[in-house]
Amino acid sequence: MSTVVKPAATRSFHRREQLSGRQIASRSVLYAVLVVIAIIYIFPFLIDIATSFKTEPDAASDPLGLIPATFTTAAYQKLFLNSDFPIWFKNSAIVTIVVTLGRVFFNSLAGYALARLHFRGRNLMFAGLIAVMSVPSVVLLIPKFLVINQIGIYDSYAGMIIPLLTDAAGIFIMKNFFESIPVSVEEQARIDGAGTFRVFWSVVLPMARPALVTIIILSFQGSWNELSHFIVSTQSPGLTTLTRASPRSPPVSSARVRSIRSSSRPPRS
Amino acid sequence: MSTTTRQAPALRLRKKSGIRRGEAASGWLFTAPMLILLGLFLVVPVLMALWVSFSDWSGRGSPFAGNVNFIGLKNYSALLSGGGLAEQDFGTALKNNAWYVVLVVPLQTALSLLLAVLVNRQILKGRGFFRTAFYFPSVTSSVAITVLWLFLFNSTGAVNKLLSYIGITGPNWFNDPGGIFHFGAANGPGFLTANTALGVSWWDWLGGPSVAMFAFVLLAIFTTSGTFMLLFIAALQNLGGDVTEAAMMDGANGWQRFWRVTLPQLRPTLFTVLTLGLIGCWQVFDQIYTGTKGAPGKTTLTPAYLSYQAAFNNQEWGQGAAIAFLLFIIIVVFTLLQRWILAERKVSKRRMRLYDIPPSAGSGPSSGASGQTAAAIALTAPLQRKDRP
Repeated sequence: MSTVVKPAATRSFHRREQLSGRQIASRSVLYAVLVVIAIIYIFPFLIDIATSFKTEPDAASDPLGLIPATFTTAAYQKLFLNSDFPIWFKNSAIVTIVVTLGRVFFNSLAGYALARLHFRGRNLMFAGLIAVMSVPSVVLLIPKFLVINQIGIYDSYAGMIIPLLTDAAGIFIMKNFFESIPVSVEEQARIDGAGTFRVFWSVVLPMARPALVTIIILSFQGSWNELSHFIVSTQSPGLTTLTRASPRSPPVSSARVRSIRSSSRPPRS
Repeated sequence: MSTTTRQAPALRLRKKSGIRRGEAASGWLFTAPMLILLGLFLVVPVLMALWVSFSDWSGRGSPFAGNVNFIGLKNYSALLSGGGLAEQDFGTALKNNAWYVVLVVPLQTALSLLLAVLVNRQILKGRGFFRTAFYFPSVTSSVAITVLWLFLFNSTGAVNKLLSYIGITGPNWFNDPGGIFHFGAANGPGFLTANTALGVSWWDWLGGPSVAMFAFVLLAIFTTSGTFMLLFIAALQNLGGDVTEAAMMDGANGWQRFWRVTLPQLRPTLFTVLTLGLIGCWQVFDQIYTGTKGAPGKTTLTPAYLSYQAAFNNQEWGQGAAIAFLLFIIIVVFTLLQRWILAERKVSKRRMRLYDIPPSAGSGPSSGASGQTAAAIALTAPLQRKDRP
C-alpha cells in the first residue's frame, strides 16, 4: 500500500516543482520587461534633473550621465535671481488657484442642478452641454480670442481666468456623482425645512468629496499646464505664465533647468 | 397660481410635488454661471468665428464693423483649391498630421494595452510602482515634456549618444526635414513628383513624416500611453473572471484567452481609447508651438498650428478660422468613420453564444482604482457615454 502511495506523491511533488520552475522563469521575464520599460519611462526625467546641475560643457559632452562631473547650481541661480521666474510663477499660481476654486464651485452647482433639480429645459441644457464638450479646444483658439477681445478683457487676469472658470467635462463628472447619492438624504433635509441652496451646500456637497477631489486634481493640473488659452488671451510680459515662458532657445541650455521651469530669456511678447 | 396649473401635469407624474416648489427658479440660478460662461466662451465664439471665416476681416477693430465684407467661401477655396501658398501650406499640414495620426494612434493603443495587461497581473509585486512610472509622463505638462524632448533629441543629445553605443549615427532629429520613408533619397520617380494633391506632390505625401515629426510621434506615444493604460486597467479589473475561467476550462491557452476572450470584452474601452487618441492627435498644438514652430521646412506644421499662425502672425483671420473649421470637420468625420468601423455588427447566433456578455462590461470605475485612475475614468466616462448613447 505504501509503495502505491509513495510514487504518486513524489510524482505530484515533481510536477509541482516543474510548474513553479516554469512560472519563476516566466515571471522573471515579466519583471525584466517591466523594469526595462519603467527605466525608459523614468530615465528622461532623471537625465533632466541631473543636467540641471551640470555645467554647460559637461551637459554637452556627457548627455547621459546621471551624476554631474562638477556640481553646480548656476542654472537655478540664473533662474531665480536673473529672470522673470518669480513673475511667471506668481501668474501661474494665481490663475491655477482661482480657476480651481471657481471650477469646484460652479461645476458642482451646475452638476447638482442638472442631476437633481427639476425645471423646464433641463434636458435641453444637458444635451447642449454634451454638444459643447465635443468641440475640440484647438478649434476655439481664434474664436476665444475674438470674444475676449470684443468684451475688453484681453491681456488681463480676467481674460485669463474667467473663460476657464467652468468646464463641461467637470460638470458632467459632478452630475454623474450627484445622481449616485440617494435622494432620501436630501428629502430628509427638505422636510426639516432647508432651502435648495442649503441642501446643496450643507448636505449634498460634503457627501461629494470623492468627486470634488477629482475636480480639484483635474482643474489644478489642467490650468497649471494650460498653454493655448494664455497664448490667445495675453501678450504682455507681466502676465506670462510658466508654460508660456518656457524657452525656445537651443535645447541644451533649455534643459539646464528642470522641465518647464526654465529659461533666462525674456518671454516673447 | 397660473404656474401651478401649468405645471400640474408634470407634477402629477412626480411624487413629492410640495417639496419641489421653487425648484425651477433655483435650477436656473444654479446653472446660470455655467450657461453664461459656456455660452460666452464656447457658443458665441464658434458663431463669431464662423462669420469671420466667411469674411475678409483683417484683425483691426470689430469683426462686425461696417468695413468688413462677406466674401463667401473664398477663404475655404483658397485653402482647398487656390493653387497658392495657402493651399500648399494647408496640404503640407494635413500630410504631416495625417502621418502623425497613422503612426501614433495604433502604437499608443497597442502599447497602453500591453502595459495594462502586464501591470494587471494578480501576483505582480510592485504594481503601484510600475503603474506610477508608466503614468508619470502623462501628468507632466506638454510644454515641459516638449522642452525635455528637444534636449534629448538634440544632435549631440542623450538619444544619439545611446544610438552611438550600438553603432548608429543618429539623425539631427529636430532639424531633419527628410521624410522617413524616403530613406534619404532626394528625388522620387517622375510620376510621383509631377502629380500633386492640395499643392503637395505625391512623392511628399508618400514620404511619411519627417524625422523631426517622427520625434514628435515618439513624444506623443510616450506621454499618452500612461493615461490610456489606466483606462485599460480599469476595464480589465471590471471584467469578471468567470469568462476567462470558462475559457481556461475549455483548454484555451493564454494567447487565445487574450485575443478571443479578453480583447472582445474590452471593445468599449478600445473604442474610447481610439476615439480619444484620434481626436487628440488631430489637435497637436502645444508641442509645435513650444518646440519647432513648423520648422524644419514646414514638416512639423499641423493644421492647428497653421490656423494659429495664419490668424495671429499673418493677420489672415478669415483663413485661420476657416482652417479651424476644416479641422473640426476632419475630426468629426474621422470619429464617425471609426465609430462605424468599430460598431457592433450583428453576429451569427452561434458566435453570439460565444461572445454573450452583458453590455455594461467595461464602463464605470472600479473600487480598487487609485485616485488618479478614478480621475481619468471619470473624465472619460462622459465621452464614452456620449459616443454610445
